[in-house]
Formats: sequence, C-alpha cells, structure tokens
Amino acid sequence: MSSVFFMLTMGLYFVSTVCYLAYLLRRAETLSKVSLGITAVGFATHTIALVARMTDTAQAPLPTFHEALSFFSWMLILVFLAVEFRRQLHVLGSFIVPLALVSLVTAAAFRSDEASSLQPVFKTLWVHVTLSMLGTVGFAVAFIAGVMYLIQDGLLKSKRFNVLYAKLPALDYLDHLNQQSIVMGFPLLTLGIISGAFSAEIVRGTYVNWNPEQTWAMVTWGFYFAVLVGRLTIGWRAKRAAYLTIIGFAGVILTLIGVVLKSHGSVS
Amino acid sequence: MHVIVVGLSHKTAPVEIREKLAVPESRLREALSRLCSYPGVREGLLLSTCNRVEVYAVVEELEAGYGRVQEFLADTHLSLSSEHLTPHLYWHAGDRAIGHLFRVASSLDSMIVGESQILGQIKDAFEVALTHKASGLLLNKIVKKAISVAKRVRTETKIAETAVSVSYAAVELAKKIFSNLTEKTVLLIGAGEMAKLAARHLIANGVRQVRITTRNFQHGLELAQRFNGTAVPFEDYKTELAGADIVLVSTGASHYLVTADDVQRAMRQRMSRPMFLIDISVPRNIDPAVRPIDDAFLFDIDDLHMRVEQNREDRLREAAKAEQMVVEEVAVLGQWLQSLEVTPTIVALRSRTEELKRREVDKILARLAHLSSEDRAAVEALASAIVNKMVHGTMVTLKAEAKSSSGAAYVDAARRFFNLEETPAVYPPGQADVSELPDENIAGNGVGRLPEASLVQHTSKEQGRRVS
Repeated sequence: MSSVFFMLTMGLYFVSTVCYLAYLLRRAETLSKVSLGITAVGFATHTIALVARMTDTAQAPLPTFHEALSFFSWMLILVFLAVEFRRQLHVLGSFIVPLALVSLVTAAAFRSDEASSLQPVFKTLWVHVTLSMLGTVGFAVAFIAGVMYLIQDGLLKSKRFNVLYAKLPALDYLDHLNQQSIVMGFPLLTLGIISGAFSAEIVRGTYVNWNPEQTWAMVTWGFYFAVLVGRLTIGWRAKRAAYLTIIGFAGVILTLIGVVLKSHGSVS
Repeated sequence: MHVIVVGLSHKTAPVEIREKLAVPESRLREALSRLCSYPGVREGLLLSTCNRVEVYAVVEELEAGYGRVQEFLADTHLSLSSEHLTPHLYWHAGDRAIGHLFRVASSLDSMIVGESQILGQIKDAFEVALTHKASGLLLNKIVKKAISVAKRVRTETKIAETAVSVSYAAVELAKKIFSNLTEKTVLLIGAGEMAKLAARHLIANGVRQVRITTRNFQHGLELAQRFNGTAVPFEDYKTELAGADIVLVSTGASHYLVTADDVQRAMRQRMSRPMFLIDISVPRNIDPAVRPIDDAFLFDIDDLHMRVEQNREDRLREAAKAEQMVVEEVAVLGQWLQSLEVTPTIVALRSRTEELKRREVDKILARLAHLSSEDRAAVEALASAIVNKMVHGTMVTLKAEAKSSSGAAYVDAARRFFNLEETPAVYPPGQADVSELPDENIAGNGVGRLPEASLVQHTSKEQGRRVS
C-alpha cells in the first residue's frame, strides 16, 4: 500500500512543482493557491506513505537510504508549509517543492520492497540517520534562502524589477531565514554525528575510522561551524552567508553521494 | 425618473474653476437643501473634492434636470455664470451616470489612478446626503453599490498596490531590502523637497530613527524637530554613514559627497548589514562607483523614475480589468433600476395574480366536476372578483405614485409584497454584496454606453499630496 501512496505523492509533487515554477513567471497570485493545495494533498499522501512503510516493514522509520531521502523530502515540505502558514511566503514553494521532488525521485530510484534485513544492533542507527537528516533539512532551507537571497540581490543591483523581484521577500528576511535554518540545523547535525559515532563504536568498536564518508561529514560539520561562528562574530552575513551556505550544501550532497556509493559498494 | 450627474473634474476644468465650485463642509448642508428645493429634483448628492465637483441627482425630466443642476452649480459662486461653466461640465444620465460614479469611486477617474482617498470622500458625501435626507431609495442603492464596486476593484485588482511617485518608490525599494522598517535608522543628508517627502513616507511606514544633517545647522535643527529626529553637524556626515540603514541624499552640491571609499568603510563597520542609499540630487551626490559594493544598494533619481514608470504601466493594466468590472456592475444595477418602472410592474402584477387565480380555480373545479357550466362560470367570476379587488388598491396607488418622489419605493414594495422577483430580475435595495448577485444576463446591457473609458494616466508631482 505504501508504494501506491508513494507514487501518488510523487505525481502530486510533480504537478505542484510545475505550478510553482509557472507561478514564478506569472503576475497572477492565483496559481500559488492551486500549488499550495496540491502540495498539501501531496504532503498528506506522503505522510500516509511513510506511516504505511513503517508498519509494512515493522521497523523504525529510517533504516535505508530510500526512507531517509523520502523522510528528508517530507520534512522539507513540512518546513515549507510551516513558513507559508506563518508568513504567506508563496514564492518559497517555487524553490522548496522542486527540491523535495528531486529528493523524492532519488528516493524512488533506491526503493526496495523487501524490508532491509539489518542485524538488531544496526537498528540504533536510525537515531543517527534521523538527526543527520533533520540537520540536513536545516541546511537545505538555508541553501534555498541563500539562492533566493542571491537572486533578489542580483535583481536589486541590476535594477531589474520584474515579476520575480515583486514576489521575492525582503533581503533581510532571507538572511534571517538563512541564519535560523543553520542555527537549527547545526546542533541536529552535531547530535547526528555523535550518535553515529556511538553506533560505529557498538558495531565496529571504534568511534571514528576516517573513511571518506566520515571525513566529508566532519569537513561539512567544521564548515558550518565556521559559518555560524563567522556570522556571530565577524559579520559573515548577507551575500557572503548566502554563498557559504550554498557551498556548504554542496558538501552535504557530496557526503550523501558518498553514503550511497558506500552502501552500494558493500552490497556488491 | 432619471439618474444624472453633472460636474467637472481635473480632466475638464482648471483649478481656478474647481476651487470656486468647491463647497466647504460647513456649507454642504445648505447647498444640499438648495439643490433639493429645485422643482423636479427628487434626490441629490454633492461630491466636492479638490479634483472634482459633481452633483448626482434623481430628476423627473432629463433636460430640465440638467438645467436645474447646472443652475445650482453656477449659483454656488458669485463670479460664476452658466455660460462660464458649460465648457467645463460633463453630463451623464442613466447607466452612464452610474458608470461614472462607479469609476470615480474605484479611483479610475482620479488624477492618480488607484489612490484610495476618493472612496472615503464619497462615503462622507453620502453620509451628509443621508443625514439631510437628500438621498433616497435610488441614490442610496446606487452609492452603496458604488462603494461595494470600489472595494471589489481594490481587492480583485492590484490597482492600488504599487508606488506611483518617486518618493514612494523609495519606500517600496526599502521594503525589498528591509522587511521591517521600525528598527531602521534613516540619515538625511541635505533636505531637498523630494528627500523630505521620502523621509515622511519612510516614517509613515514605521521608521523611528531619523538623523538629519544640513549645511545650515539651524535648518537641520528645525527639520529634526519636524521629523522627531536628531540633527547632526554637517562635518560628521561621513561618520554617521555606518549607523544608517537608509541614506537619503539631496543637496545642491556639485560634487560627490559620498564616495565609494566612504561606503566601503561604513560597510566594514556595519559588518555587512545591508545599506540602502538613495541619491535624489541632480547633479548626483553619491559616487556611482558605490554600486558594485556588496550589500550596499544605491539608487539614483533615474532608477526611481524608472520604477515609477513601470508601476504606472502595471496600474494601467489593472485599470483595464477594473473598467470591465464597472461595466458588469452597471449592468447588474441597471436591471434593478429597470424593475422600478411602474408599467412593467403592473403588467407583472397582473399576470402573477391571473396565474394564481387560474391555478386555484382549476384545482377546485377539478374536484367539483358535478357543477353545471353556469356554476363553473360563477365560481370563476367569484375568484376573479376577489383577486381584482385585492390588487386594485395596489394598482391605483402605483399609478398615482408613479410620478411622485416616492414612486420607486412603492414599486419596490409592491414587487416584494407580491413576490414579483422573477421578471425582470429584482434585487432588494440594501443588498450591496456583489457576490450574492447572479452574473448571468449582464452581457450587452449597458455595455458600451459608459463614458468613454478614460485610461489616460495623469502625471502628478507627488502621490503623497492629499487629494482634497
């Protein structure tokens, strides 16, 4: 049953992405309502899919890469709906929903219907995965806020007062969103890494073994630590912060790719 | 019975004429009672703002009514005569008069299309007319409808959303950089008119901290008092830069007062907090080399003008949508007005009672099949007699009151008492909510009879100026 809802969700997010992208180009606001409606329905089916998957496999939510990505996508939409609800920031949908769709499609590519047969000891891993994923959601939102910041900054600098200019919010709000996302994402990632280290200790008897994936994770962590400290102490905000968070998210993506390659390597 | 408007506006008359015609609030009451004392004038409403003076009236005879209202207008000022006024006046009746009011209320006829003051002014004028009983059934309905049309235009189009003055464009831009202006500090360097206006707009939009510096410190002090701000010595303006989120420069200096180095230094001190610089001076006072500096956003007078021009185009596009709404709404109201004619009401009343009688007679005769044909005729005659006697009084009253001032009210009442809503469609007065009105049957009704859609945008010096 979960697969039906999963496919349905993917379809809805796809339609919603198309609507939200069209919304960027058009003056009328009505499209945003349509898109929001579709996204909300998609979010509901997504929730059902996730819950169904959990009960199907009778396992904690995030044992596999597929579930982790699906959960990531779900969290992104949740954050979007929360921001939209509070700030009526329709244009955010034009950026977040496509990202959620991409991660869901990627999740679909890694879907396997049999429950993963992890040893009991591995099951503590879900804590690590959940926390890391929540941290990643924070960085993803920071990334999107950064992209929106750079676009609006560019439009203002070049004095192109187009439809996009009208729809994007004030620069300082985007900077604030960027900061908030990192402030929330960073501690979660930190906890994710610590719990990962504990899991590794249980499984392999060592906390860290500096494989490429772990190295990247530590580099990412250090990077965001610097971004956060830089902002608070020496004014790494505004445009610089936007650039930094975009670079940082690229690091996160590389780490994830590393995880995928590793898990594939271990399977074959 | 005719609804008419006679008046003049910024489009037809120069200010010298308008100011003579303008009726001060204290004399409105007297003017209204004078208007209604003219023979043949049933209802009246006087709209007097500094951009227009218009009389809306319900009159018995069209030509005579025009004449009376024109006479009334000429009488408002000693130095005016009818001949004087004629070239500046416009006259509309029926759908065109109603359409005109709708357009005026929706700010489609305003000097600054989309400005919102006119609606308040119409509400006030209506209030006065109501308290002095100058406005009756027809005008009440029409003005209420005009107000609801104006609100519909406001919510369904973006006609009022954009800045159409240079000083307001500065505020609009500021809001794309700072989401909340209340915590922001404005630094005013020099005090040109436009800069002062922009500062006033910024304050109206929440800015609380204003710092002012002018070459003449005394002048700066006076301004500071006016804006509830702080005056700073002119020599210090460069050090003040770092503390300012919004910098407004307009001095008569012929060189760059603010250089790229100054801004770079300020940005370092501000730790990259964005800074919005507006240069309203000609020649420019801020070096254009400031533009590429990160997180500093410089706009000069041309940029602001460009923004205003774009907004103007947007407004025109929205105005076209609004004109369409007006046409629709006039058609809806036109149906109601039509229903207030006496003759169709009497016809409708007759056919309604005839139909009722027919139904009841048929019903009873079907049950009394044993009756002879004479008896049947007697039953039918009885029914006819009762029905005719019942409605006789109504018919007579309707005919008698047709020409009186309350004729329309009688028609309206008769329609409601006898439930004559079906043909033609009637909307009870007071039901101003557009959403409840069906929008079928409106095509072609009154369309094209509106005053020629004047989408011409009029330039104005400043939007901030009060219209009245």
